[in-house]
Amino acid sequence: MSGELEGLLVILSINTIYAYGVFLAASSGQLNLGAAGFVTLGAYASGYLTNGFDGLGLSIVLGIPIAVLFVGTIAFLISFPILRTRGVYMVLATFAFAEVVAGVVINAEFLGGAAGMPVEVFIPFYVVIISAVAVAVLCFYFMSTRFGLAMRSVHDDESVAILFGVNARMVRVWAFTLGGALLAFGGALYGHHYSYVETQNFNMLLSIYILLYVLLGGTQTALGPFIGALFFTFVPELLKAFGSAVGQRWIEDGRLVAFGLIIVLMMVFRPEGIVTRTMLTKMFTRKSRALEAGE
Amino acid sequence: MSILIQQIVNGLMLGGLYVMVAVAFTLIVGMLNFLNFTIPALFMVAAVTTWATMAGGFGADVDGVLVALLGADNRWIAGALFAIIVVTLASLVIERFTYRYTKTKYGDSTEHALPLVSSLGFLIAFEHLVISIWGSDVMTVASPFGNASFYIGSIQFSVPQTISLILSLIIVFLLSFLLQKTKLGRALRAIAERPDTALLMGIDVGKIVPIVYIIAGLLSATAGILFTLNYTTVDAYVGDRVASIAIAGMVLGGLGNVWGAIFGGLLIGMLEVLSIYFLGASAVKISIWGLLLLLLIIRPTGLFGHTSIGKGKF
Repeated sequence: MSGELEGLLVILSINTIYAYGVFLAASSGQLNLGAAGFVTLGAYASGYLTNGFDGLGLSIVLGIPIAVLFVGTIAFLISFPILRTRGVYMVLATFAFAEVVAGVVINAEFLGGAAGMPVEVFIPFYVVIISAVAVAVLCFYFMSTRFGLAMRSVHDDESVAILFGVNARMVRVWAFTLGGALLAFGGALYGHHYSYVETQNFNMLLSIYILLYVLLGGTQTALGPFIGALFFTFVPELLKAFGSAVGQRWIEDGRLVAFGLIIVLMMVFRPEGIVTRTMLTKMFTRKSRALEAGE
Repeated sequence: MSILIQQIVNGLMLGGLYVMVAVAFTLIVGMLNFLNFTIPALFMVAAVTTWATMAGGFGADVDGVLVALLGADNRWIAGALFAIIVVTLASLVIERFTYRYTKTKYGDSTEHALPLVSSLGFLIAFEHLVISIWGSDVMTVASPFGNASFYIGSIQFSVPQTISLILSLIIVFLLSFLLQKTKLGRALRAIAERPDTALLMGIDVGKIVPIVYIIAGLLSATAGILFTLNYTTVDAYVGDRVASIAIAGMVLGGLGNVWGAIFGGLLIGMLEVLSIYFLGASAVKISIWGLLLLLLIIRPTGLFGHTSIGKGKF
């Protein structure tokens, strides 16, 4: 496998894990614009636990799960106050959480402060890819369980879901918590693969991009976040390759401008996201003979 | 003591800029119920356009003409005019793509997120447009006003900063007058309350919404121009930084409330300057966002917020 493709696949895998983290919250009707906060916590926690120098020196098999559990607990605890807020306020509360995390980490001397923290234990690319596949499969399974159905019902209409006996509050809390834990897992893999974590890389733009993977891919099905991450990882690269193929530097330089405009146009022509439930039904169920005869 | 007062004055000067951006945000949230992330983009476009006109960023030919017409020290006038024209046109385009054309056909429940996503798309496009033309480095220009300042007692007031604080307050007061007393203001408030009913009452919603976008765009553009003139350093991400703090100010005051945004903007400006002075630059994020998180938990509608705004929709 060529190095460039390998690099792209790792980025795609990590983006996919991030996307599923935000997707779990979004599929129960909550927009999480604080993804960067959970990613930061996961990356730093796992790095600190496994580092031999200036760390606790745990094995990676213990380090990552403990880090994920730790961030999951934090997500669980803050989900109660954060889920009291609604709509724009919730977007802002999650955003504020991410900024507070960034502020705390920058001031924490034992984590290296603003200079960042080197991570000693290295994870090869195939582990990252396998992890991403596992996360995706898990999310597919998860959405088909009773709890996944409850999440969808809360997303579509909260009042009706409550009338049917769904505990909407607990559904939101657990969706948010599991999402936070997945984001932390993605962050931990990022840290161990690139061997360096720095709060400046986990900024507001990262939160925005992760939210966009999900909303652009479509929140209706578990395929959406993956398609969104795929779209965001490869479309700029394709535009770049196209630019260099036709020998126009301005296409290469301006590829992200075009990409931004594609997002805007997508919202006009395909507002439900790339993948929708009806689309999957049309693609994967055979039409009955009567229907075909009718057309 | 005088050092403390000096810091408070500096904070108010910075807060004046935040006030304008916060009011722009609050107008759109109040009227159309979404967080408009094109506001940081327009702020940045105005700031960079002003910088480029002053520093010859549009090439030697344009610069030569401007110097011949206005003189080297007055190029900022052309920059400000140019920024206002660009932002007005951009606002009209943005209105089309974040309001007029974004309606779902099937009534999906994430439809409220559509304008948010479109505005993020515009943010990405504008930032990378600037990066692809001028690069992502910090760009500086000499201030056309030098270090002009005056003293009251031992407190130093920078002339351009004082003028821009006064200007921003005048603009916001005029806007508040417009919303409360004029026919246009009444129409705007009606749309904020219930767009469908406003349409039935004979308000031409399709004509008035672009005006809201232009007002919000011009507020952020004015803030961007004043930012370049006062602080003389800009880059492609300046909008993100300023707007995220302005958003905090808006939330402090309560969404959809112009007076709340004024109060919140000035408060957050002071908080920023004071925490840099007393706790160091790295503590700014904790103090601003920690305060905001605390406030949202204790009082989820902000200090003066209306309970109905910003709920249920993204």
